[in-house]
Amino acid sequence: MSVPATRSPTRRLAINRLRERKPLDAAAVDRFLARHEVPIVEGSRCTFLYRGEADHVSLAQRVEGLPELLPLRRLRGTDLWYLVLELPEGSRVNYQLEVRHGDHVERINDPLNEKLSYSPVGTSSVCFAHGYESPGWTMPNPDARPGELVDLTVRSKALRRDVPVTVYLPARFRRTASYPLLLVHDGPDFLQYAAAKTVLDNLIHSLDVAETVVAFLHPQDRLAEYANSTTHSRFLTSELVPKLEVEYPLVAKPSARCVMGSSFGAVASLSAAVRAPGTYGSLILMSGSFVFTDIGGDHGGGEVFDPVVKFVNKYRARPRHITDRLFMSCGVYEPLIVPNRSMVPTFESAGMTVRYVEARDGHNWENWRDRLRDALSWVYPGPQKFYYE
Amino acid sequence: MNRAVTLLGPQRRPSLEPVVRDLDPHAPVATVTAGWLEREPDDAELREILGGRALNLGLHGRWLDVHERDREYAHAEREHDAALAELRGIYLGQLDHALLAAYAVGHERETRPRFSAAAFDDAIEVIRIVDQQHLARVRAAHRAFYDAWRPQERPVIAHHREEVRQLLGQAQAVVVAGGHVGELVRVLHLFHVEPHLPQVVIAWSAGAMALSERLVLFHDFVPHGVAQTEVFGEGLGVVRGLVPLPHMRRRLRVDDPVRMTVMARRFAPARCVVLDDGVRLFLTRDGQPPADARVLTDDGQITEAGAA
Repeated sequence: MSVPATRSPTRRLAINRLRERKPLDAAAVDRFLARHEVPIVEGSRCTFLYRGEADHVSLAQRVEGLPELLPLRRLRGTDLWYLVLELPEGSRVNYQLEVRHGDHVERINDPLNEKLSYSPVGTSSVCFAHGYESPGWTMPNPDARPGELVDLTVRSKALRRDVPVTVYLPARFRRTASYPLLLVHDGPDFLQYAAAKTVLDNLIHSLDVAETVVAFLHPQDRLAEYANSTTHSRFLTSELVPKLEVEYPLVAKPSARCVMGSSFGAVASLSAAVRAPGTYGSLILMSGSFVFTDIGGDHGGGEVFDPVVKFVNKYRARPRHITDRLFMSCGVYEPLIVPNRSMVPTFESAGMTVRYVEARDGHNWENWRDRLRDALSWVYPGPQKFYYE
Repeated sequence: MNRAVTLLGPQRRPSLEPVVRDLDPHAPVATVTAGWLEREPDDAELREILGGRALNLGLHGRWLDVHERDREYAHAEREHDAALAELRGIYLGQLDHALLAAYAVGHERETRPRFSAAAFDDAIEVIRIVDQQHLARVRAAHRAFYDAWRPQERPVIAHHREEVRQLLGQAQAVVVAGGHVGELVRVLHLFHVEPHLPQVVIAWSAGAMALSERLVLFHDFVPHGVAQTEVFGEGLGVVRGLVPLPHMRRRLRVDDPVRMTVMARRFAPARCVVLDDGVRLFLTRDGQPPADARVLTDDGQITEAGAA
């Protein structure tokens, strides 16, 4: 498939200017690559590049609505391959390059692009389209007083193992105060790839989010534990929460308990709430893997999704009020966008308040990181209304 | 009212210096920076303006000391806070619907004006009732708490109250800075500051709000959407008949006349007074703002008090 580039009335694309260069030799390509950051973003058009000998090169991505493989064209007389893709403003697109030599096919991150994105299935290259900027509150701020991370081990009878939990205590934490609790699935990944500690420090400092105690959960076998597992839910509700409410000064009311997760972690969050209705006052469900079938059994997700589909189908058949407030988000380029959109009226039909947010992004940690302010400030709003300096 | 009260806007553009210039250069000036919470002692800039006369009452530090040394009281106060939070949650739920109803009626353009005007009056009256009931319940909760725990008889609190009384007794004036208005008012009440205030009172932002009868919290531009303007509780009542609105233009949708009309009429006969950057209001002896103070009128406009 070829993706036509829209011609700008005022300035031609860099790749088109290169095409007309004479002589168009290796040295010209060297200079071109040295001058440009790849992908080259010119307004809404992004030029993806690959340099090297190959029989065929494709851009591999999972943007909903585009073919998974988009072929690059070889620039005549060179070993430079290119593809111009139009991307809406503010988009972030994860991609890899598929390079074919005869029968040998290799899928690699873009060697010309240092930017990486992280998802539950590994890394990929990422293109920041025109208008996307990493939010300032995701970067370390020296003015923000840092909270503290404390590692705990919780003996779980339900899971039959010692479960590591990393607890975030906000700056100025006092034993004589009371804090709401946030439980986070895939804790280490949220800390490492979604800058969760930095984000919490910044959002608490800016008064956007209330001072909160956060428990980051370490999964062992996430695809099993997070796929509507009874034992995981029992661990959360009957073991972890009671222990944290004894050890830390927590408000210990449903309105001050929230469970958060992305992808399969969102399924685990929903599952815990379904198994303990009224225990958690709010849920944060990001890019939930809420795959379901309306008819037939072919959900297309493979074996690991079987218990998820069974769970979601059952919930959709009889939606129940399990929490008061749900924050949901999903990237519009994710294959999960349709299931997530479909869950909004399902949850609302059970009388729950849903705040649903979409972004021009994919199924990755940066998308979930960038939604944290919307999510946390809605679930646990900060004391901005109290401050008049 | 027999105190000389000056209300200032936020001190991003400092306006305190000319106000304190006429004070006795040798007599102490008490300061309250409890709204700054753990930054309470970081008052070097304020001390400099006051030229060595400052006596910081250290009310936040005293409150922390009470929590450290009187655990029983600290626990009781946490329980009291939890009860107040429940009251507030119920109130905000009621208020949200009442305000949205008033805004919807206020924006109505297709009905005969006499119908929509009457409905608008009713909608505002509902908000006033919700506010009044909430304030009454908060007042009753505080009274029950103070009756049950009698802070004046608890040694640690009584000791701090006495020290605060002595410091205020030496002071010719008190300066109350801004910050967290809820925590500021908590300690002003706990350490019984109001009866011992000196004749000259100067306050800005949250400090000005704390002096009023009702604490009105407002912020239309929080990240999770519009936060409704709410009545939080009672202030010291040193300033009567005014609702100070610091940072008003930064925090409220002043370009929405319906919202501003609801705001003005909701708190009437008290007048909503603008305390933006650089504002300096010397209240008259009967507690009224000067004629050039900017106030919110019943039709949602901002105008000079003398013309309102």
